[in-house]
Amino acid sequence: MSTTTQELAVKMIDVDNPLAATVKREPAYRPARRGRKSPLRVIFMYVFLTALVLVLLIPFGWMLSSSLKRNTEVFAVPIQWIPTSFQWNNYVDIWTTIPLLTYLKNSATLTLSITFLQLLTGSFAAYGFSKVKFKGRDVLFVSYIATIAIPWQAYMIPQYIMMQKLHLTNTLMALILLQAFSAFGVFLMRQFYLSIPDELVEAARIDGLNEYRIWARIMLPLSKPALASLALLTFVATWNDYMGPFIYLTSNDLWTVQIGLQSFVGQYANDAALLMTGSVISIIPIFIIFLLGQRYFIAGIATSGLKG
Amino acid sequence: MTASPPTIRHPKITAPQFTTPQLSKERALSARRRARRTALIGWSFILPNFAGFALFTLIPVVACFFIAFTQWDAYNPPVLVGVNNFTRLLGDSNFWISVRNTAYYAFGHIPLTLAIALGLALLLNRALRGIGIFRTALFFPYLTSLVAVAIVFNLLFAPDNGPINQILNSVGIANPPRWTASTEWAMPTVIITSVWRDMGYYMILFLAGLQTIPREYYEAAEVDGANAWQRFRNITLPSLRPTTYFVLILLTISSFKVFDLIQVMTEGGPGRATLVLSQLIYRDGIVQGDYGYASAMSLALFVIVLSFTIVQFKLSERGNK
Repeated sequence: MSTTTQELAVKMIDVDNPLAATVKREPAYRPARRGRKSPLRVIFMYVFLTALVLVLLIPFGWMLSSSLKRNTEVFAVPIQWIPTSFQWNNYVDIWTTIPLLTYLKNSATLTLSITFLQLLTGSFAAYGFSKVKFKGRDVLFVSYIATIAIPWQAYMIPQYIMMQKLHLTNTLMALILLQAFSAFGVFLMRQFYLSIPDELVEAARIDGLNEYRIWARIMLPLSKPALASLALLTFVATWNDYMGPFIYLTSNDLWTVQIGLQSFVGQYANDAALLMTGSVISIIPIFIIFLLGQRYFIAGIATSGLKG
Repeated sequence: MTASPPTIRHPKITAPQFTTPQLSKERALSARRRARRTALIGWSFILPNFAGFALFTLIPVVACFFIAFTQWDAYNPPVLVGVNNFTRLLGDSNFWISVRNTAYYAFGHIPLTLAIALGLALLLNRALRGIGIFRTALFFPYLTSLVAVAIVFNLLFAPDNGPINQILNSVGIANPPRWTASTEWAMPTVIITSVWRDMGYYMILFLAGLQTIPREYYEAAEVDGANAWQRFRNITLPSLRPTTYFVLILLTISSFKVFDLIQVMTEGGPGRATLVLSQLIYRDGIVQGDYGYASAMSLALFVIVLSFTIVQFKLSERGNK
C-alpha cells in the first residue's frame, strides 16, 4: 500500500554517482572540463551553487531556527532568522506537551516490523521467481507487476472493508499486513537475483545443498547491497507514511509521529515553535538513515527501465 | 517454461541416446515427479509473500471492479445496481470539482517539477569537486515526510506576518496573496510546496539521463560551431527523451493520486477549492461508508491514470521511431 515505496523505487540512485549501477558506462559530458577552466570561473560556480542550494533549503533552516524560538517570536515582524535567545527547553517540553514518545514508538514498531517482513518474504519469494523454474511462475509474476502500476487509492476501499470484517481497523496489525508484502519488494529483489549467475546456484545444487540452504548461505550474503537498498526505501516510506495510519488508526495511543504531528497543528495552533520542534524530531531518524545509507540509495535505474 | 529440474543439465544424468521404451517411460515418469517436486519447492518460496500479497492487494484490486457495481454501505448488504453508481457520479458536483482540482494540481505540478528538475540537473551536471554534496542536499527534501513539509510551508505561507508575505511586503507588494486561506491561491500554494519537495528526486533521474549522453556528440557539435543553446536544443533535449517520458509518467501517476499534502495543508479547503479525487474517495468510502459509490470513483481514478499513462507511452513510442 505504501505508494511512496514505489516512487522511491526508481530512486535507488546513488546521489553522488547516479550511474554507479548501470551496466554501460559511457564517458559523461562535463562542460566544465574543457581545458580552459579558469579558477575564477570555478570560484564563481561554487559561490553560485552554494547560494542556490542555501536559498532552496531555506525552509529547513527556518524550521530549525523556529524550533528554538519562543512561540511569539516565530511570526515576529521583521523576520527573526536567528532566535534572540535559544529556547533549548522546547526540545524538553515537546515530550510532555504531546505524547511524542508513544508516537515514536508506534512509528518504530510499524517501520521495523514492516521492513523486516518485507525483506524476509521479499527475498524469499524473489529466489522462487528467479532461480527455481516451474510451471505458472511467470504468470504469477505478471500479477505482481500489474499491481505496481495501480494507484493504491484505487483499491483502498475493498482493503478497508476486509480489515473491518477482520476487526483489524484501529490496530497496528492492519498496517503491517497491508504494507509488508508489497509487490515492489519482490520485484526489486528478483531483479537483483537475476544478475547473479545461475551457474553459481547449480554448482551449489551439485554440491548437495538444498534450495533453502542455497538461499540462506549463498543468495542472502550476495544480495546485501540490494537488501540494504530495499531496507532503506521501505524504512523511509513507512516512517513517512501518512495516509495508511490516517485511515486505519483512530485512537491516540496508536498514532504514528506523522499523525501525531498533524493533530498537534489543530490542537495547539499557537505553539508554532513547538510545532517546529516536533517536526525536526520527526525528521531526525530519516536524516540519520540517509546519512548512513547514502551509498545504498543506489542505482535501480538499470532495473527500473531507464535505458538510453 | 518447461519445468526441467536443473540437475538434468549435469553431464552424468544426460539421457543416453538409445533406451528401451520401458526405460524411457520410467524416465518420463520420474521427470514429471521431479517437475512436481520443483514446483512445490518454488511455491514454498513464493507462498509466504504471495499469501499476503494476494489477500491484501490482488483480491482488493479485483474486488473493486465488482463493488463499483453494487450499492453497499456499512449497514446494509451489497446489492447489484448495474451502472447506477456511475450515472450518479456524472451528476455529482463534488466529483466534478475534485476532478477539476486534481487536473489543476497535475497540470501545475507536472510541468513545473519537470522544468525545475531539468534545470537543476543541467546546473549540477559538472565535474566540480564536492558536487555530490549539492546534489545530496537538494535530494533530501524528497525524503522528508510530507507532513513535516506541509506544516513548515503552511507556517511559511501564513497570510499574516508569515515570512513569505513579509518578504513580499518588503519588496513593495502591499497586498500579497492570502495563500492557503484564499480559494484562489490555495492550489498554487500546494503546487509550489510539492514542486519544492519533488524537484531533487527528478533532478537525480535527469542527472542519470544526462550522463548517458556521449561526450563526442558535444565535441562534434562544437567543431561545427554550434553555440550552447544549439547544443542543448539539438543534442541534450533529444538524447534526454527517454528520461523525460519516464519522468512524465512517474509525475502523472503521483499527481493524480495526491492526498497527504492536500489533506495536511488545506483539508481540501477553503470550501472545495482544493478537494481532490482521492480525498473524495476517502470521505465517501471510509468516513461515510458508501463503499459501492466510492469504489466507482476509485475506478474512475484508475481509468484516468491509466489513460494518461497509455497516451504518454504511445507518444514516447512514436517519438522513438
